[in-house]
Amino acid sequence: MRFVLAGQPNAGKSSIFNSVAGYRSATANFPGSSVTYTVTKALIAGREVEVVDLPGTYSMISSDSVAGEAERYLLDEPYDLIINIVDASRLGRSLELTLQLVELGRPVIIALNMMDEARRRGIMIDHQALAQELGVPVVPTVARLGHGLKQLFREALRHASIGRNPQPPAFDREVEDALAEVAAVIEGLECVPGIPTRFTAGKLLEGDPHVSKRVYGERPELARRVDQVAAQLEEAHGWAADQVVSGSRHAVAHAVEDRVVTHEQPQLGWRERADRLLLNQWTGGPLLVLILGAFFSAVFGIGRRIEAPLVDAFNRLQVAVAAQFPADSLTGTVADGLVTGLAGGVAIVLPYLLPFLVGLAVLEDTGYLPRLAYILDSFMHRIGLHGKSVLPLILGYGCSVPAIMSTRILESEKDRKITAALASFIPCSARTVVIFGLVAAFMGPIWALGIYLLNIVVIVVLGTVMAKRLKGASPGLVLEIPDLSLPDLKTLAAKTWLTLKEFITIAWPLLIASSIVLGVLEWAHAAEPINALLSPLTVWLLGLPAAVGMTLVFGVLRKELTLVMLVQALGTTEISSVLTSQQLLTFTLFVVFYVPCIATIAVLARQVGWRDTTLIAAFTVVVAIVISVAGRMGFALLT
Amino acid sequence: MMTLDTVGIRRQARVIMIDGGHRVRSHLNTLGIHIGDWLTVVQRAPFRGPVLVEINGTRVALGRGIANKVQVDMDGVLEPLSGSEERWGTEH
Repeated sequence: MRFVLAGQPNAGKSSIFNSVAGYRSATANFPGSSVTYTVTKALIAGREVEVVDLPGTYSMISSDSVAGEAERYLLDEPYDLIINIVDASRLGRSLELTLQLVELGRPVIIALNMMDEARRRGIMIDHQALAQELGVPVVPTVARLGHGLKQLFREALRHASIGRNPQPPAFDREVEDALAEVAAVIEGLECVPGIPTRFTAGKLLEGDPHVSKRVYGERPELARRVDQVAAQLEEAHGWAADQVVSGSRHAVAHAVEDRVVTHEQPQLGWRERADRLLLNQWTGGPLLVLILGAFFSAVFGIGRRIEAPLVDAFNRLQVAVAAQFPADSLTGTVADGLVTGLAGGVAIVLPYLLPFLVGLAVLEDTGYLPRLAYILDSFMHRIGLHGKSVLPLILGYGCSVPAIMSTRILESEKDRKITAALASFIPCSARTVVIFGLVAAFMGPIWALGIYLLNIVVIVVLGTVMAKRLKGASPGLVLEIPDLSLPDLKTLAAKTWLTLKEFITIAWPLLIASSIVLGVLEWAHAAEPINALLSPLTVWLLGLPAAVGMTLVFGVLRKELTLVMLVQALGTTEISSVLTSQQLLTFTLFVVFYVPCIATIAVLARQVGWRDTTLIAAFTVVVAIVISVAGRMGFALLT
Repeated sequence: MMTLDTVGIRRQARVIMIDGGHRVRSHLNTLGIHIGDWLTVVQRAPFRGPVLVEINGTRVALGRGIANKVQVDMDGVLEPLSGSEERWGTEH
């Protein structure tokens, strides 16, 4: 048996999914935070059930000829029941999706979620009346606190086994007539198997690009007859047919809302007051600078305090190991590599990674990110994008992989391409570790800040150039701003753990293994040919010791590796005793800009194709060389 | 008749027409913005930034380009935003 969780963005799908899946899908407080669907097996009343979490969708209308992931799944995949998660505080709008789901002719039950939020806004919903209006079971829930979920899944199981399909509510007469006419035209067509003709008829009248392509692709002659019906509808109403149909659904949804809701005095508190400052035209911008500034200085402050004692401890361990095993023997080299790899992960990467991930999760969960998009919209227009692109770019400071994946929330192909390319340039947490671990730690936080600002300048220039070169229109910003919310400790921990687990299970073993391999290569004098090969770049252009050549090669696997490998290649954690400030700066600049890591390249290729990915990767090397050479010369001039 | 991007903060307006292509319309429709709906302009970002509107209990940010395509009617309404302490006009 398979249940599908469907609902509008921010309705709490992932929270409900997590309650059965045990934190495997991360939640965030901005629309479109889940871009692909996730499946889990759950045990409900002794039965094993598959639960599918679809990405949030406002409507079953696709904006492109390629259907959104949620729409595609609902139309094509087999499932037994739809659990429609409805945001009780936005009942009218949420019901517009419900009305479309009901038309699919499959069993539907409603999780009336965020009941606490609705109550706070003074919205009292009679859920039994709602169930009666729609002819489907309604279970009130507060997913965040786990209220009502047991009952929801029990009801889902019961309803799925009865398998009674809902009757869609009727629209106004003209729309109903038009739907019946189109349904008669497409009767017996098999291009959308298992989908009621009434649903398909509605989509054709609304001009849904995906359904239109499927139907007209097979029977092009039908287009004219459907257009005739649409024209009649347009004549009767004076609006375009798609507006009439969606307007009619809107009217039904709000009529249902009016019948089941009673309004009381809303209790608006700190959320409203905070928003007045955060979104204000005078205070919004300065507050943004303050918030991001506080974020980065907190990460640096906390990271530095954890790092120092850990580095000391590992230095002592290294000395002890060296005393035990002779340094020039193979065992000594392996033991030393092992300790360096361990130290790199625990003492250098984690101190900065952990506070960074927590901070990013706080920004996501409070709902500040959409506000950031609102404030930065006019700035983003200057580089040919719009505010929504800020979301992937900010995620890029965490990790480029989810950042590039989340470009799917953008409507136009052009915006997706540019944003994905720019996101790969954003210093991810791995690169942040290098910036903090080298430049901030040895040269001071001002220099680190300088690198971030320089990075933003480069991104602005690249964005402007790409926006001029690529064709296609950008539709502009249309973004829901969800209510601010206090971050929930459990979600924060879960989200941080999700990324951290990836580091511990995948990156760290890789760090240790690479560290040992590099040690052995050096012991066998095998690293020298590679270092020699790279020396025109490392020594001549960048003015670095030849030994860093290998670290740059390892850095393509994971960017954190460059830092740990640097420690290994130079043979000490006291990097400042071997490299000058100028060399540290040049090295860091190069690492920040050159080729994104392998994982990023793979996602980028899936998103923009191999041709563009190769182009971007080659281009990053050019940018990295130009910037690090400029940094090298600039530093010499400044000091 | 005027366009949404010219409506002042805390003013209410009613959507009369949505210009622009099918995509713009369906995009606004999916977010619950339809012809005939009342909305309140909550904030306007500086430097020709987006307009923040409250509509059917939801807040939506609309870029100026899009707001320029939404034709609204004010019907002479000068009501302050509900729940707001500040009064619009000259009471003091």
